Amino acid sequence: MANKSSAIVPSGAKPKPFVTPQRFLVYTVLTVCAVFFLFPLYIMIITSLKSIQEIQSGNIFIPTMTPTLDAWEKAWNSACTGLYCEGVKVGFWNSIKITVPSTIVSIIVASLTGYSMANWPFKFSEVFFTILLLSSFIPYVVMIYPLVIITRELGIYSTLPAVVLVHTIFGLPLLTLLFRNYFASLPAELFKAARVDGAGYWQIFFQVFAPMSVPIFTVAVILQVTGIWNDFLFGVIYAGPTNYPMTVQLNNIVNSAQGGKAYNVDMAATILTGLVPLAIYFFSGKYFVRGIAAGAVKG
Amino acid sequence: MHSVSVKNLTLKFGSAEVLKNLNLDVEEGEFIVLLGPSGCGKSTLLNCLAGLLELTEGQIHIKGKNVTWAEPSERGIGMVFQSYALYPQMTVRGNMSFGLKIAGLPKAEIAKRVERASEILQIGPLLDRKPGALSGGQRQRVAIGRALVREVDVFLFDEPLSNLDAKLRSELRVELKRLHNRLKNTMIYVTHDQIEALTLADRIAIMRGGIIQQLDAPQTIYNRPANLFVAGFIGSPAMNFIKGETVDGGKRFKFGDVSLDLAGYEGGAILDRPKAILGLRPEHLTMVDAAIPGHTIPAVVEIDEPMGADSLVWLLVEGRQMSVRVPVEHRPAPGKQVHLKVDIAKASLFDETNELRI
Repeated sequence: MANKSSAIVPSGAKPKPFVTPQRFLVYTVLTVCAVFFLFPLYIMIITSLKSIQEIQSGNIFIPTMTPTLDAWEKAWNSACTGLYCEGVKVGFWNSIKITVPSTIVSIIVASLTGYSMANWPFKFSEVFFTILLLSSFIPYVVMIYPLVIITRELGIYSTLPAVVLVHTIFGLPLLTLLFRNYFASLPAELFKAARVDGAGYWQIFFQVFAPMSVPIFTVAVILQVTGIWNDFLFGVIYAGPTNYPMTVQLNNIVNSAQGGKAYNVDMAATILTGLVPLAIYFFSGKYFVRGIAAGAVKG
Repeated sequence: MHSVSVKNLTLKFGSAEVLKNLNLDVEEGEFIVLLGPSGCGKSTLLNCLAGLLELTEGQIHIKGKNVTWAEPSERGIGMVFQSYALYPQMTVRGNMSFGLKIAGLPKAEIAKRVERASEILQIGPLLDRKPGALSGGQRQRVAIGRALVREVDVFLFDEPLSNLDAKLRSELRVELKRLHNRLKNTMIYVTHDQIEALTLADRIAIMRGGIIQQLDAPQTIYNRPANLFVAGFIGSPAMNFIKGETVDGGKRFKFGDVSLDLAGYEGGAILDRPKAILGLRPEHLTMVDAAIPGHTIPAVVEIDEPMGADSLVWLLVEGRQMSVRVPVEHRPAPGKQVHLKVDIAKASLFDETNELRI
């Protein structure tokens, strides 16, 4: 025994066993979690590819042998929401019309506010920051009714501008916080150097800070697009029936009872609705994590 | 006309007074070093000069013009920062021309200035690289270049070498001196490194607690420190301090059983002071074997630290530590009884009550 162990001279990296108990545990837990979250998605996809007869015959877990995209086509173009039978495509375009301006406006306002707070301290800027911080913890439902009155008084209730305004306002606390912390984490000497170079408020923002802030802008876009796209409540309250976003439309399709339930169409419509945030997470996950970490460094 | 003139400058952060009624006149082409421990207000003063901090009271004049309310870019200054503060997304050329573009200079003029600065600093081959692809020393050169292209009268340096390793630091130090010799601009340089201060400065301003303690040529600061703080701060290893009293109408310094003859001391009237401190630099003491009454201090060798060219010997005098710099071949054995010969002409005497040099 002694001979055998002395035959191997320890040198270089220490050899590790292929499977250790810790590893086994970690992989087991991760696998269970992955299955738990992916299984519903699997059911949705296979159901959306079946014909309604096949669904009614049972076998919910088994994929179809004759997949068809009919349900997807119907969900997009002609699924009925009460009176109209135009599918979720109307909602899709409405959601775009709501999400794009809300995202752009809120990010512009929040990044400038955060930049001002971090680099151009003004009277009571810390007080404003504290108020902002507190306001991000207030449940937004308490503000729904006051906002209904405000938008009504402004004469925009039940229109596109109303829902855009509401989304912009509710995005501001968190986004401003994110931008302020990010800009505060940039080296102070960089700001000083730019001032010595003669750059003013806008030049420093656009030419020095903005090009360095791609990660945080990416995070802001992801947060806003997914948040606004997934929103149901503000859409149903402030947008008005002609501007209902995709989520509201989806709800109406799934809940409108005309004959038997078209599970395949429901599933397809649901996946279509979730596709935009899903794609965004999928393609920008790396930036998202990096930006969240960058924004969280300094308070 | 002074190049830079600070008049009764006071700066407060809330209730804390960071700079207290500070006055400083810098001559044309002078290299001034602001030296002091961290928190002494030296960087704050530099930021005030640059216009990056608003004064509470007082005025700043640059080239005879009152610039107290002027924007940083309007003051005729260039600044180099400790962290280089280069714009990471711009090339070296972009970094150097950014300020000029904002100032609206014609393209040909910008190109000419960048060309000249890169020639002086020998960064021509780096012009199209981004700062991320440069070493620390190269980045600092670019940062200096960015100040250079502004073609201003006054350069401000905020600890520009502190982020570099020891070897690069000493190389760039010499280069900065060459640069100053060539350009003859006024330079104001903040550092906590006394070697940088002693080697670079025409005059050093030693600061503590927002007050300039002494403003003098490096040799004067070193040989005639104005007070105990300056004496202790400048010099490495530090000056030896011996507490005692002056007697016989200021002719002798007494501590314990030792009495030293003060004849030849260069300073003011010594008088009889019951509380005095004698300051002796390690290189102004010599080790001798035999006592010379009135001129030597008996001591016991404790340890020695050889430093290559010379050796620092630590001795015990009346139970307290003192250091002496000796040639390395004269290293004594620990425990040996020796006598330290005092060069009184190079010594400093302080009154302990007000800590000022006598």
